Amino acid sequence: MRPTLFLISPLLLFLGCSYLLPFLGIMQLSFTDPSPGLAQYQQVLSDPLTLSVIWRTVRLCLIVTVVSVSCAYVITLLWVRGRPMVRLLTELCIMIPFWISVLSRAFGWLAMLSNRGLLNTWLKDMGLIDSAIQMTRNEFAVVVGMSHYLIPFAVFPLATAMRNVDERVLTAADGMGASRLRVFWQVFVPMTASGVMGAFLLVFVFSIGFYVTPALLGGGQSVLIAELIYLWIFQIPQWGVAAAMSVVLMIAVGGILYLLMRRYGEIAQ
Amino acid sequence: MVDAAQIEARSIGKKYGNFSALRDVSLTISQGEFLSLLGPSGSGKTTFLTLLGGYDASTSGQFLFEGQDMTKWPAKQRGFGMVFQGFALFPHLTVAENIAFPLKVQKRSKAAIADRVAQMVTMVGLSGHEDKKPRALSGGQQQRVALARALAYEPKVLLLDEPFSALDKNLRGQMQEELRRLHRDLGTTFVFVTHDQEEALALSTRIAIFNHGELQQIDTPDAVYERPSNRFTAEFLGDINILSVDESDNGIAGTPLDLPINAASFRHVAIRPEHMRLAGAGDAIQLPATVRDRVYLGATSRLLLETQAGEELMLYHDNRTSLPVPDPGTQLHVTWAKQDSFAL
Repeated sequence: MRPTLFLISPLLLFLGCSYLLPFLGIMQLSFTDPSPGLAQYQQVLSDPLTLSVIWRTVRLCLIVTVVSVSCAYVITLLWVRGRPMVRLLTELCIMIPFWISVLSRAFGWLAMLSNRGLLNTWLKDMGLIDSAIQMTRNEFAVVVGMSHYLIPFAVFPLATAMRNVDERVLTAADGMGASRLRVFWQVFVPMTASGVMGAFLLVFVFSIGFYVTPALLGGGQSVLIAELIYLWIFQIPQWGVAAAMSVVLMIAVGGILYLLMRRYGEIAQ
Repeated sequence: MVDAAQIEARSIGKKYGNFSALRDVSLTISQGEFLSLLGPSGSGKTTFLTLLGGYDASTSGQFLFEGQDMTKWPAKQRGFGMVFQGFALFPHLTVAENIAFPLKVQKRSKAAIADRVAQMVTMVGLSGHEDKKPRALSGGQQQRVALARALAYEPKVLLLDEPFSALDKNLRGQMQEELRRLHRDLGTTFVFVTHDQEEALALSTRIAIFNHGELQQIDTPDAVYERPSNRFTAEFLGDINILSVDESDNGIAGTPLDLPINAASFRHVAIRPEHMRLAGAGDAIQLPATVRDRVYLGATSRLLLETQAGEELMLYHDNRTSLPVPDPGTQLHVTWAKQDSFAL
């Protein structure tokens, strides 16, 4: 056996046991439970409810990804290129939420956004609104909660890309008379495109499997795929259908990733 | 060089906190000149170029451009072309787009830009590479793109910050030739930072030598080599023998000699090794010395000698002469023509 293969074999073994085998088990379940055949897949792909949840998941996750990466870009800009004090503050704003559990943060947003939450109370006390604005139990709350959770994950690949930008290239563009806006959009942003793409992929993949945040902030009104799979396992329960759903999700994410990475290759080239 | 001073620097200084990177540098640069800023690292030569380009502000002094005070002008207003160390090309743009960038900033017409880019590509010999990204090019080719981009908008002055430091020796020679040709053809003023003395001697019309943030000397290459104004310049450019002059009798190490200097005002005399040879019977100057070592170099041998006062000397002995190469330990006399030695 080649030495490299030998040296990484513990990792391969671990991944095989903890990931590949269970996944094969799910595959098997999806084709055999309750009876052998493609019935489970047929049910998943023909059920309008399931299809609408899959569509909503992809749509919401794309929105969340765009929101997260855009916010993260501005935050990273402050973190990497701001004055020392701005850097410190930004760093705290990135790291502190990063260390707080996803559950606490979802509850935090509930406290903030619910009908009798901080924001509504404050608006009412200020006399700006008469009755509470519905800000939870809908897609808005899900997007806010998920984006907030995912921003730090987008910050790290972006920070790497921004730190790798050669300062002299920006100086050169400036010296040639380019305005700050032109330097930013035509030089800095393209030079960090690889980081944007990396952040996009990371956040998107992460968001697809989200369970806690959408379940709490969506309040059952905007169910995402992970929550639906949970329902099929624990409430209905029909494990074969849940398994088929997982496989479909897996293939969908894989396909989207493949397309994005092909595009990414073109950008990076 | 009194005519048409295009750029004038008056007592330029730059401080970073308490550290003086540049002190009281005054010089003038004429239209069409090729001026090299030469010095060891940390000598202030790059700092001076950065200030000249307007990429950083001087803490004292004044810059004039064609008689106008440009001290407070930012880089874009000065409009000098700049070739950065490491080239600073736009990695996401092709060769043609890199060269077109400053032209687009100037809002020239599409047709004019295309014409100019084609012209620049041909001028620097990059035809056929227009659509490649910088990373697909060799170091020499990237260098050409940087030159073409800096020259595309016909700047009156081109600044170059150690442009050849990343290139290997052969390529460096080739690029030096091309730079000379460009300078000759364009008539643009070139200001060139280097730490390579041979490069500076070969390329420049004048050389400004920097050390410890101060301008040591500015003159033509032959003048700074043959008549260095101080010990630093003398030692920095090429090899040199520097000997202490006796205060009492205007001689060296106890031997009275006919030197072109007055020991009351100067303490040292300097002679380039290529001007020194082993003395024959008829030579006026005869300085006793002992051979310490010799190195055979083919056409010549390098002899290391020591005077009676213990100072080291070096000379090149011509191996083609009938005189045998002296062995280490031999006591002999060395000589030089009086006009080839100078006071320091």
